[in-house]
Amino acid sequence: MAAHLKKRVYEEFTKVVQQQHEDLSTKKLRLTKPSKSAALHVDLCKATSPADALQYLLQFARKPVEVESVEGVVRILLEHYYKENDASVRLKIASLLGLLSKTAGFSPDCIMDDAINTLQNEKSHQVLAQLLDTLLVIGTKLPENPSVRMRLVEVACKHLTDSSHGVRNKCLQLIGCLGPVEKGVAKEAESQAAKDVQKIIGDHFNDQDPRVRTAAIKAMLQLHERGLKLQQAIYSQACKLLADDYEQVRSAAVQLIWVLSQLYPESIVPIPSSNEEIRLVDDAFGKICHMVSDGSWVVRVQAAKLLGSMQQVSSHFLEQTLDKKLMSDLRRKRTAHERAKELYSSGEFSSGRKWGDDAPKEEIDTGAVNLIESGACGAFVHGLEDEMYEVRIAAVEALCMLAQSSPSFAEKCLDFLVDMFNDEIEEVRLQSIHTMRKISHNITLREDQLDTVLAVLEDSSRDIREALHELLCCTNVSTKEGIHLALVELLKNLTKYPTDRESIWKCLKFLGSRHPTLVLPLVPELLSTHPFFDTPEPDMDDPAYIAVLVLIFNAAKSCPTMPALFSDHTFRHYAYLRDSLSHLVPPLRLPGRKLVSSPVSPSITPHEDPSQQFLHQSLERVYNLQHLDPQGIQELLEFTIRDLQRLGELQSELAGMADFTATYLQCQLLLIKALQEKLWNVAAPLYLKQNALASAAAKQILEETYKMEFMYSGVESRQVVIIHHMRLQAKALQLIVTARTTRGVEPLFGMCEKFLQEVDSFQRCFISELPHMQGSFVDKLLDLMPRLVTSKPSEVVKILQTTLRQSTFLHLPLPEQLHRATANIIEPTGESDNPLRFTSGLVVALDVDATLEHVQDPQGTVKVQVLYPDGQAQLIHPKPADFRNPGPGRHRLITQVYLSHTAWTEPCQIEVRLLLAYNSNRSKASARIPKSSWNESLEALPLSENGIEGTIPFSKPVKVYIMPKPARR
Amino acid sequence: MPEIKVTPLGAGQDVGRSCILVSIAGKNVMLDCGMHMGYNDDRRFPDFSYITQNGRLTDFLDCVIISHFHLDHCGALPYFSEMVGYDGPIYMTHPTKAICPILLEDYRKITVDKKGETNFFTSQMIKDCMKKVVAVHLHQTVQVDEELEIKAYYAGHVLGAAMFQIKVGCESVVYTGDYNMTPDRHLGAAWIDKCRPDLLISESTYATTIRDSKRCRERDFLKKVHETVERGGKVLIPVFALGRAQELCILLETFWERMNLKAPIYFSTGLTEKANHYYKLFITWTNQKIRKTFVQRNMFEFKHIKAFDRAFADNPGPMVVFATPGMLHAGQSLQIFRKWAGNEKNMVIMPGYCVQGTVGHKILSGQRKLEMEGRQILEVKMQVEYMSFSAHADAKGIMQLIRQAEPRNVLLVHGEAKKMEFLKQKIEQEFHVSCYMPANGETTTIFTNPSIPVDISLGLLKREAAIGPVPDAKKPKLMHGTLLMKDNSFRLVSPEQALKELGLAEHQLRFTCRVHIQDPRKEHETVLRVYNHLKGVLKDYSVQHLPDGSITVESILIQATAHSEDQGTKVLLVSWTYQDEELGSYLTSLLKKGLPQSTS
Repeated sequence: MAAHLKKRVYEEFTKVVQQQHEDLSTKKLRLTKPSKSAALHVDLCKATSPADALQYLLQFARKPVEVESVEGVVRILLEHYYKENDASVRLKIASLLGLLSKTAGFSPDCIMDDAINTLQNEKSHQVLAQLLDTLLVIGTKLPENPSVRMRLVEVACKHLTDSSHGVRNKCLQLIGCLGPVEKGVAKEAESQAAKDVQKIIGDHFNDQDPRVRTAAIKAMLQLHERGLKLQQAIYSQACKLLADDYEQVRSAAVQLIWVLSQLYPESIVPIPSSNEEIRLVDDAFGKICHMVSDGSWVVRVQAAKLLGSMQQVSSHFLEQTLDKKLMSDLRRKRTAHERAKELYSSGEFSSGRKWGDDAPKEEIDTGAVNLIESGACGAFVHGLEDEMYEVRIAAVEALCMLAQSSPSFAEKCLDFLVDMFNDEIEEVRLQSIHTMRKISHNITLREDQLDTVLAVLEDSSRDIREALHELLCCTNVSTKEGIHLALVELLKNLTKYPTDRESIWKCLKFLGSRHPTLVLPLVPELLSTHPFFDTPEPDMDDPAYIAVLVLIFNAAKSCPTMPALFSDHTFRHYAYLRDSLSHLVPPLRLPGRKLVSSPVSPSITPHEDPSQQFLHQSLERVYNLQHLDPQGIQELLEFTIRDLQRLGELQSELAGMADFTATYLQCQLLLIKALQEKLWNVAAPLYLKQNALASAAAKQILEETYKMEFMYSGVESRQVVIIHHMRLQAKALQLIVTARTTRGVEPLFGMCEKFLQEVDSFQRCFISELPHMQGSFVDKLLDLMPRLVTSKPSEVVKILQTTLRQSTFLHLPLPEQLHRATANIIEPTGESDNPLRFTSGLVVALDVDATLEHVQDPQGTVKVQVLYPDGQAQLIHPKPADFRNPGPGRHRLITQVYLSHTAWTEPCQIEVRLLLAYNSNRSKASARIPKSSWNESLEALPLSENGIEGTIPFSKPVKVYIMPKPARR
Repeated sequence: MPEIKVTPLGAGQDVGRSCILVSIAGKNVMLDCGMHMGYNDDRRFPDFSYITQNGRLTDFLDCVIISHFHLDHCGALPYFSEMVGYDGPIYMTHPTKAICPILLEDYRKITVDKKGETNFFTSQMIKDCMKKVVAVHLHQTVQVDEELEIKAYYAGHVLGAAMFQIKVGCESVVYTGDYNMTPDRHLGAAWIDKCRPDLLISESTYATTIRDSKRCRERDFLKKVHETVERGGKVLIPVFALGRAQELCILLETFWERMNLKAPIYFSTGLTEKANHYYKLFITWTNQKIRKTFVQRNMFEFKHIKAFDRAFADNPGPMVVFATPGMLHAGQSLQIFRKWAGNEKNMVIMPGYCVQGTVGHKILSGQRKLEMEGRQILEVKMQVEYMSFSAHADAKGIMQLIRQAEPRNVLLVHGEAKKMEFLKQKIEQEFHVSCYMPANGETTTIFTNPSIPVDISLGLLKREAAIGPVPDAKKPKLMHGTLLMKDNSFRLVSPEQALKELGLAEHQLRFTCRVHIQDPRKEHETVLRVYNHLKGVLKDYSVQHLPDGSITVESILIQATAHSEDQGTKVLLVSWTYQDEELGSYLTSLLKKGLPQSTS
């Protein structure tokens, strides 16, 4: 057998040599590697000592193996395995077997028998464990083969009695991953291994080694994940494991209990030491709550996380989690929350605390106090006070999930959430604000709670403030004082952090429209109108005044009596704001005025929006007028482009669409213009200037097409093909221009070939779309293709030129939604006159804060560019963690850019801007090829011929004043 | 029966003067060596004559352990080591070792320089005393001598506070010192593993209290300060130099940072600066937040908090001042208070408990007119607030610690008797462990049931484990071996090795039995019949017929002779060693039943 294999291996070797001969004959250089298996065999035979052999194996493992030769390699390895006396070498071989069977495309059933055989005589526990691991890999590679799995499980069961924990560990893992899931199948097989896998695993819950116990629980969970219904009997076993000495065991046990509670929520379990019985989910909830005060924080995090998903728990238990009876010297004491509530309900608000205000009141019956509750008591109180912030975050998340499903619980947990707004870790604060926003539909804030919430508005972190604004957008406030308080605090916020302007206005917009009746009584005070006296007209540019107006106008929308309270200038301001801040100020029905809002009558449904109609009409017009005289076409295009651009500015929701089409028309216009040039009729070299214009046009079209393809989200393949088509035309144009301007044909050969290749690949990529492109450039080109391939470059150019002129203009169908990626750099503002001084040669960190909209996968594409006055440009890739995602389609980039330069004599400005990187390979149509993990082949994936990487600037550049000082000696 | 004896010299049903003697497996350990704040006479220090009337303390104590730097836990140390005389090792954690001498020196200054006492320990004595200190790390097992080992666990409470596990052989005691189970702004929560000590000695200051969440208190505090500062008022916070002061500083510092506030915060100088220095150093002893962020910025490098100068008190505009001492009875805090008391915009926040008779206590109980020295009447118009920031575990916390450590007995110290009573009852009820609360000088004896480890040779273990069913964690397993007790150690060895080691010859014990069989035939025929019979019955054993006319079944020998008197009766001699007792007795009973009547 072995001899035969060796022969085969050598055969492979010789074949390679032959190939090299063939290669030589065709005068192409191709590098081929000798087969790996052969090399390995030679190496292993050479190895004199185990250490040597190990070295060879290690080297071998670093290189990939082709699918075809895997089996041969495995045979060689196995042969050596039997011969090898050293355990470490055998271990390495075993692990290599596992790696090899992972090779994509290789079916490992042929080596399974050998792998199982090796188990028989193995003495070393480590090697055994590794072999079982290999079997596990083999088993997972063969999911469709139940008999193989049965066999493997049997093997694993046999080794369960091994004295080494590692082996037992692996056995359990194997059973968990491969054990039969459907009862029926197991019965059919009816072999000895068809014994209940659950029972086998369950027996190891009491293993002496904690690692094995953990593995047993994990295997059980694995079975559950694979769809086996676990038996309820395991529950009591799992409960005992909660008191285990080892944290991994407890952590896994908590998971198991959670799984069981989801499987059998309604079963009844007895409470030990009493006759009562409760639902299993309640019991499990109580037990997991208990684990929130476990000694190990890993377990605490685990427990707190799982609590959130136990929504079937009865409300009685749920509310206990927030319960904590206070006492002082054995007398009942009220919590601060209770006191605050009482103060509020008694009408007295925010009184200064007196000494002894919190003095304990009634005596407590000493017998009734239960210091360690077995139930859910106070689990969240503990969780939220935990010393590890991971636990606190998990607890907040759990609170959020539970509160979303239970309004009464939401009401109760409010106090605790509000308390979390003062956590020392920002992440926790942010999380609790988000949580509060998520449950806000269930709650109404009391005034004292609102007070605490609003206090956070002064936080110096922008994230926190913005999250809070979002929260305020959707909170319910109960009183008009509450609204007033909120407004006052928001205005305070505005004066302290003027950059928050937009966010605050937006927040007030929602606050107003949600609480019109509460705003109504405040209007005179807010507008400072007086029944008898005229008050001075406020400054229209004051952001604070605009904020107040936004609140009032939005409230007035659903409160028709409000406008009666406005003074004259308020109406004027309304008209102004309606125009300038139309997204914040709603249309109002104002008495004694023409309805400003009349155009938007309710009868018109949104998709018949006139502006959208306009857009379509103008496009229609362009597409229909194919045969106008060139001058006419140019003018029409110019006008349409102008119209579209203006439309985009006016109608923000159509901006993406309008810009997209405008860009497309622009390309077309450029193309037409370029083709109209006189230079085509004259000998080219004379018209250098003209030709510059044409080539510039080609260049610009190329750029624009990249923008169209990568800067818009929502572009479908229908658009992509048209964009590519436009690009093709631009390339043709480029080719023609070069042909005209360069003398000699030598360079043209290459260019022509390249172009034809591109046409070819275009055809391959978009074959399905070709029928839609009747009469287009590419359509005609493909007809002429046979001629083109054989003709000389000069002819090709000629043909191209005529086709380009004759080809029709393709319709650009519009997708439903189209958004242009935009970026806005908030910081640095670029207004500072104080240069950022730093010592040359050292670095200075510049904080960059930007909002990104409609950018897909910003982590991969958005870059920061820094341009120095000397023309030097620096490209920075922000860390993935620097991107936050505050809402759908929106991203926030907060990062630091490190600047450095040699010394300057005086301060100068650098430019910072954001770029969108693209790679035309990564076109949206083609799926990415997944990288194989181990078998990463050395030869890189062949780059497709049009693979062009580039960047598109998509934000306004911001200037930063810097000054690198020379270092002092 | 082995026992652990505990005698509190202080802190038994009392707060202050912590000093507990523990004798465990012949080792004597003293836990803490504190002073009592309530007394100025001999009672302020523990009565060390209890340990020995004459003779050096060193001979009677194996080591002294100090849990943390508060004076009621370490105040008597120089007196004990230098004036009474103790030269053995003193153990404390690194931060305690660093900060303890500062406090002792301060204490000495107040007693000697201010009160003019004589016969008190000197600065030199403090230095000498500190030289005897051995510093330990968290979770480091320190071998005091060959048998006694101690290990420190994190206790929260103050910087460097630790709980100590004292272990001799299998018996162990855990002493908690003061601890805090809820984290605060600068320290984490106490933690202990499931060490299952025989005895847990726990403090019980808040035995009958369950506290509200810390957040409410912090929020209230911050809100009060913030509001006053926004109004343009001044805030006075009287504090003791160490512990709570740092917590409040961190709290205010982060709040200022978060809220972008500009009003100045001052800290009256003194020992604080020195102490702050140590807080900066021992970052590993602080809480998660400080530990994680210190790379960017050490939280104790205050940005907003500056040193106070007396002249600042008259500056206009808002400010916050931390000033010592904490009860407003003297010093800088009182001076500032007198300056600011008249303005209703100002505020004073008392962060802790005030002793009766101090100005602090008076204003807290609502007195608005104070008589100062010189018949001066001070009208208090400023707001007076009370905030409790205390770092002891409450009843729930104590229970939680007991749950974590799973002790077999609990002993309560450092608390009031009445409160302890309640907690004791709860502990016994909920954990079913016995709980003790000795008064000062009262000895509690706890009997332990230590398990004794025995070494077994691997060969023997493997051999024995191979016999019979697979080892099962749930069932005890019987083993054969010889227990050797030699040189204070126990070993389980195989009999052969035991004989070899002890130099004894092996004796063989054989049982012999005669069985009479009625059989008229010749001897060898009888033997053959017996042989055939046995071979038929004992299929699993090797039955052999030897040429000398005897039969062996495994190691059992059977010989047949004719009866001397009656030829018809054959005597079967059955002989077996005691190892084969089972088989031997079975064979005898089998033979006694007689041979089957066969025709042949």
